Amino acid sequence: MSISQLDAEALRQSLEQLAGRHAIHQWDLGASCSDDTSVQVDRGEAKQMKAAQRSAITVRAWNGDGLVGITSTSDLSAEGLERALVGASEASAFGNPDDTPAFSPLATAALQPLDQPLHEPVNILQLLDTLKDAERQLLGRHAAIETVPYNGLAQRRSQRLYLNSAGASRQQAMTTASLYLYARAEERGRKPRSAGAVRLAYGAGDLDIAGCIDEAAERTISHLDYAPITTGRYTCVFSPEAFLDLIGAFSSLFNARAVLDGVSLSSRESLGQQLAAPCLNLHDNGLHPGNIGAASFDGEGTPTRRLTLLEGGVLRQFLHSEATARAFGVAPTGHAGMGAKVSVGPDYFEVGPAGTAAGSGGAVGLDQTLHQGPLVLIDSLSALHAGVKASQGSFSLPFDGWLMHNGQRVSIEAATVAGDIRTVLSQLIGFEGEAKVTPDGVCPQVWVEGLSITGEA
Amino acid sequence: MTSTSTRSVDSSLHTADTLATGFGSHWSTRLEALLACGRRAGADLVEVFLERTDHLGVLAEQDRVTSVSPAFGLGAGIRVFLGHRDGFVSTNDLSDQGLQSALEQALGMLGLQVGGPSSAAVGRGFDGLPGLRDHGSSKASWLASCPGLAEASAKLLDGTARLERHGRHLQVRRGSYSRDWQEVLVAASDGTFARDIRLHQSLGLSVLAADGDHRSSLGRRYGTTDSPDDLRRWDADASALEICDSAATMLYADYVEAGQMPAVLANRFGGVIFHEACGHLLETTQVERGTTPFADKVGEAIAHEAVTAIDEGLSDAAFGSLSMDDEGMEPQRTVLIEQGVLKRFLSDRAGEQRTGHPRTGSGRRQSHGFAAASRMRNTYIAPGHHTPEQLIASVDRGLYCKSMGGGSVGPTGQFNFAVDEAFLIENGQLTRPVKGATLIGEAKEVMPRISMCANDLELAAGFCGSVSGSIFVTVGQPHIKVDSITVGGR
Repeated sequence: MSISQLDAEALRQSLEQLAGRHAIHQWDLGASCSDDTSVQVDRGEAKQMKAAQRSAITVRAWNGDGLVGITSTSDLSAEGLERALVGASEASAFGNPDDTPAFSPLATAALQPLDQPLHEPVNILQLLDTLKDAERQLLGRHAAIETVPYNGLAQRRSQRLYLNSAGASRQQAMTTASLYLYARAEERGRKPRSAGAVRLAYGAGDLDIAGCIDEAAERTISHLDYAPITTGRYTCVFSPEAFLDLIGAFSSLFNARAVLDGVSLSSRESLGQQLAAPCLNLHDNGLHPGNIGAASFDGEGTPTRRLTLLEGGVLRQFLHSEATARAFGVAPTGHAGMGAKVSVGPDYFEVGPAGTAAGSGGAVGLDQTLHQGPLVLIDSLSALHAGVKASQGSFSLPFDGWLMHNGQRVSIEAATVAGDIRTVLSQLIGFEGEAKVTPDGVCPQVWVEGLSITGEA
Repeated sequence: MTSTSTRSVDSSLHTADTLATGFGSHWSTRLEALLACGRRAGADLVEVFLERTDHLGVLAEQDRVTSVSPAFGLGAGIRVFLGHRDGFVSTNDLSDQGLQSALEQALGMLGLQVGGPSSAAVGRGFDGLPGLRDHGSSKASWLASCPGLAEASAKLLDGTARLERHGRHLQVRRGSYSRDWQEVLVAASDGTFARDIRLHQSLGLSVLAADGDHRSSLGRRYGTTDSPDDLRRWDADASALEICDSAATMLYADYVEAGQMPAVLANRFGGVIFHEACGHLLETTQVERGTTPFADKVGEAIAHEAVTAIDEGLSDAAFGSLSMDDEGMEPQRTVLIEQGVLKRFLSDRAGEQRTGHPRTGSGRRQSHGFAAASRMRNTYIAPGHHTPEQLIASVDRGLYCKSMGGGSVGPTGQFNFAVDEAFLIENGQLTRPVKGATLIGEAKEVMPRISMCANDLELAAGFCGSVSGSIFVTVGQPHIKVDSITVGGR
């Protein structure tokens, strides 16, 4: 694997020259490059080995009327850069005078240091051997596990930077690695079942491979003995991953861009209002040590930081870019992308109980093994891209999970869970177990009352 | 760590010439050198995919253009085969050095190296590239013929204004336009040497209607390929009217009651059911993975005899049509299922090697960053002899799915898709609108339950995400009846 580097100083000098030549007085630039290698295997053989060198630049230019235009390219040559800058300048004639981004006032503020050790890449043939071994171990866990159809071991070395004509200069380099194993199991006369696990780390050598195999095997095997579920309303226990997926799909609730665009269920007036059960706290914290590959600054150069979204179920703050923050009269929060219209998005959620365990009113320490009556355990949600109507608040999603009844856990053959996110948040009754660190956030198991479950007959 | 390179504006990527002149037969010498080098190193086959792109995206909200996002780029993907294995490397660096480095990296993945022991087997059957099969020669003017920024913006604003005119309780009105121009060149050591230019344009209109606690959000997307004047011909008024009618209908709809019931699925985008429930399972990538229940079913009945299903890349201007696939092969019309009997799988180069199913011109990829894989193109159920009204009249109590959202299929063949706009069928008549439905099931079980096909086949443009990225596809069908399917709701 070769190591690629963006030369920030050369980029700045070139842009300054080009901007001067084209009478562009205000510009900024986001750039990234990466070297990736990855392998996939199929029953002991290499299925595919891949490598990619990628580079990308996005340039914004402001015109004399203060309107902004943008152009992106993968061409980092001098000619490519000039074409991008000129393209951005031309596009600025179509900028939106009602909503023009400016430089973030925090684009030169101090960044929070991140503990992100850089690892040397592993030879791809070593990756291959490691994945073959992981697959072999997983196949050996149960006779019904016949294949691991979705698997991959990948590593990345990447760099990103942000520059602007007012002197801001941000850079970040990192290495990351990932492993995913999704097994398929089938017993004679029964339907095939599938489940898996994912692990992230800063280097391939640091991946919790054994943990990934254990989790993929345990989850797959647990779904072998399945039964249909009767359609009805159930108390549901979301796994950390499932609840984080659901919150992520409805993150427009906390997104100032979506509020301003009229597509969020929240409004300016929602701040300070009770949005969820009083037992729920929700933060966005891109700096959490569990957030492998965390960005230290956003697309506008604003430092990443921890933000309180819900406190005791009350909506406290929105995620902001520079432009939305200006519209709300607050500081940017470090959640911006880069664009002519700047997108806003969450980094890494922290979900947990409000206050102390003693003062939580029984919302912590719930235990499914002691529960009277049926519980639906939702392990993983599918098809969020299709089954979530974020602007309406509704969802109807297939899931993998179990029915827990009288202390016995039986996998559910096939089912969907449907509801409204506002109902989910207000009918959240508590938490079980310790918060789990996942790739998307930190969360314990979450109990919610009265959700509609449809079983497949 | 083997080498260090610096990507900066000073790097000599040799891209200016390529950006100006594009790809063509003048690349043959450079490509032959690469292919010969790979073969001498011991590869069974070497393939080089070159790509140049030019994208324009425009978003209009209410009565303003709120985002204009041009992008352009170029890159290469090099794939090396040895036995049933392959190594793939992509890069943005099209210099001789960059391409050679990518080739050597791909060879290294297979334990091969330039000048290594396998080089003794010189010659290895590469006789140079033939003349270029140039599918793009008649398409050189397409990019310049497309609407510019000002024209596209004006057309979109006209669309959002018509939404305002036709709609009620509209909180958000959006129009989006996307133009994707792509030039590709494929060269392989089996003598493939072909070039094409593709043009995909898509238009979307969407609304969010709100009245108190009632909300509905609906959109439609229209897409064509190889038609520079497409945006100019777009009937914005008809599109706006259709969307506003649907949004008004769904605004006060109740949530659907869950259960198992018969369903009639409308034509056009209703075809997503076949795409998700069956189409993906007829790609050789699924055979390779062991994730299709149909792997050994060629010649057997897997669907109701009412079902004949086709995948092709030939329909005029359809979103999934191609002059050649991303491995340089001209697309075919592939009958997948004929009167319920499985006939063929969709196959690419690797699929043919690994499963024995002959290539069908279905090797597709999002960009140079992906190796091609067997993927669908224009996929649809053939028309039957019934009228849509006959299908609806045959149902005592069920669901009419007028407009579909997206869907997906998992590794066990379990599929799902969302229904954006639906009506109850009661005693053979459409009655109340209902929302919030998701249809789930298993391919093996649902295909025999498609018992009636109407005579009104229509296609709809869409995007499909899978192993080789997001690609342009068409789904389609006439109205069809599914005797029983699980409807997830409240």
